[in-house]
Amino acid sequence: MTATHHGIYGLMAEFDDPASLVAATGRARREGYRCMDAYSPFPIEELHEALGGHHTRLPLVVLIGGLCGCIGGYALEYWSSVIAYPLNIGGKPFHSWPAFIPVTFECTILVAALSAVLGMLALNGLPQPYHPVFNVPRFALASRNRFFLCVEAVDPKFDLERTRQFLETLEPREVTTVAD
Amino acid sequence: MNNVADSRQPVEDPNRAYVGATTPDVIAPGHTFSTVTDKISSIVLTKRTPLGWYAGFALAGFFAFLLFVSLTYLVFKGVGIWGNNIPVGWAFDITNFVWWIGIGHAGTLISAILLLLKQTWRTSINRFAEAMTLFAVACAGIFPLFHTGRPWLAYWMLPYPNTMSLWPQFRSPLIWDVFAVSTYATVSALFWYVGLIPDLATLRDRSQSRVGRVVYGILAMGWRGSARHWHRYDTAYLLLAGLATPLVVSVHTVVSFDFAVGIVPGWHTTIFPPYFVAGAIYSGFAMVLTLAIPIRAVYRLEDFITMRHLQNMAKVMLVTGLIVAYGYGVEAFISWYSADRFEQYVLLNRLFGPYAGFYALLLLCNVVIPQALWFKRVRTNVPLLFVISLVINVGMWLERFVIIVLSLSRDFLTSSWGRFAPTFWDWSTLFGTIGLFVALLFLFLRFLPMISIFEIRTLLPEAKVSDE
Repeated sequence: MTATHHGIYGLMAEFDDPASLVAATGRARREGYRCMDAYSPFPIEELHEALGGHHTRLPLVVLIGGLCGCIGGYALEYWSSVIAYPLNIGGKPFHSWPAFIPVTFECTILVAALSAVLGMLALNGLPQPYHPVFNVPRFALASRNRFFLCVEAVDPKFDLERTRQFLETLEPREVTTVAD
Repeated sequence: MNNVADSRQPVEDPNRAYVGATTPDVIAPGHTFSTVTDKISSIVLTKRTPLGWYAGFALAGFFAFLLFVSLTYLVFKGVGIWGNNIPVGWAFDITNFVWWIGIGHAGTLISAILLLLKQTWRTSINRFAEAMTLFAVACAGIFPLFHTGRPWLAYWMLPYPNTMSLWPQFRSPLIWDVFAVSTYATVSALFWYVGLIPDLATLRDRSQSRVGRVVYGILAMGWRGSARHWHRYDTAYLLLAGLATPLVVSVHTVVSFDFAVGIVPGWHTTIFPPYFVAGAIYSGFAMVLTLAIPIRAVYRLEDFITMRHLQNMAKVMLVTGLIVAYGYGVEAFISWYSADRFEQYVLLNRLFGPYAGFYALLLLCNVVIPQALWFKRVRTNVPLLFVISLVINVGMWLERFVIIVLSLSRDFLTSSWGRFAPTFWDWSTLFGTIGLFVALLFLFLRFLPMISIFEIRTLLPEAKVSDE
């Protein structure tokens, strides 16, 4: 952040409907802005694309988690039933692999699901006790019925006056300065 | 706003093209982002708790307290206060366990499987069906826990390094059950919580009280609705649904293994896994209807839980009920076809034995009465639907009782036959868990949004982003 924007997180434009926000985000991106984020009260697929978003790594995290659960669960059963505590149960082999499948399966699901949730939160940087966008009083409506586009001051193209003028051309409801 | 949603022209249903013009809507027309948000969140954020809420919570709380007393007395005296005794070592406790676990299946089915199948009507009912799942699994867990006799040693069932150098016996279905049920409880809780995060943020932003803002704020974890976050959120939610789908099928399969792996006549059968899973969904949907019908009336939610939802749930019950009926048929056929006299006796015992009345009532509740759901006039009659859902709840409890108690009371040796009669404490524990379940549900209705607000927003016509 340059010294001229000290104490400013960015500029926020408020919109009434999802279509305007998606259109505005697309125009801002074509204008050359990169450090920005759009906020909506429900998921909008087009919005992520308009921001030039990439695929998330989350599925990979879940796959790795699932494999760890699968291998870990089976290894636990094998080790405890064959090595640590071999017991003769009805003459079944110590390594009775068909009987080990249910627990292996449950461990796979458990670790994969935990990875999905914790991975999503971690990649999203949550929990996050403070974020500058909440300094805008009207941002409380972002979880109700309003749509926001915030161009951040860290963007190389950001200029308080020129960016504000540009945002005004997107026909927002209003443009607010976001304190850091 | 008019609350009657039936027989209107569907204007905003994404599935409209293939459901036909006479099908009721998923949401009554005329709603906007702000009206759905305000309507659903006001139930939670209102300062005035309805008097009826206190009355209902007090009644449920009384039974929850009865559960507390029963369990305390059980820990004090031992499981002998129940009617269980050799040969009927599993009786009310395991019957109730299987019954509650089955009820818990609808939540995940609605949230996960219907999500993957893009059934948007699930949106209005998934939140409280998931809550219902959690509470049902909590009630279910109580029974095997206290059935062990020494619940303070229940952690011995978990694999952990200990000074006794003991490990669980992984060839036993009972250990599979520990893993299946605990995984199910965990994943259901995760699924429920993840679904709640954006709505908790809504409550945080709309709460008028400081306590509300702080508590919902902590629970929402700083959710701000960023497009990047939503993208990962959607991915995580879909992945969870994909994981929960095989999980929900596996849980009741594993529960059925508790019986099917044993050699007791009436238990040792391969139809059990699919028939248990269908039965679980059957009873789960019955319980969702039992809860949804009064809730939508009391909280005036007919705009969101429309006739469409009630009818669809009735249809799911009809289908799963037929699968269950097929299961009964196969059981009866195999018991004759097996040419095994002990298996054959299972059917005779069910039809003419000391518990014949239970089996007859089971067939009446689960097979005969639900056939009324074939008729649209029945499916659209809300009070009748409520009664049928109660009948199915009872019927599914009877099913588990018949499977467990009848088989155990008369197995191979005539000399070891016995009878089971429930004691006061058997009944008090059963009704106590129902009280606990309802009390938890009352708390949920008061403090958390019972309908997923953000998912309802996505169904509104104004949520559509037209092509630029």
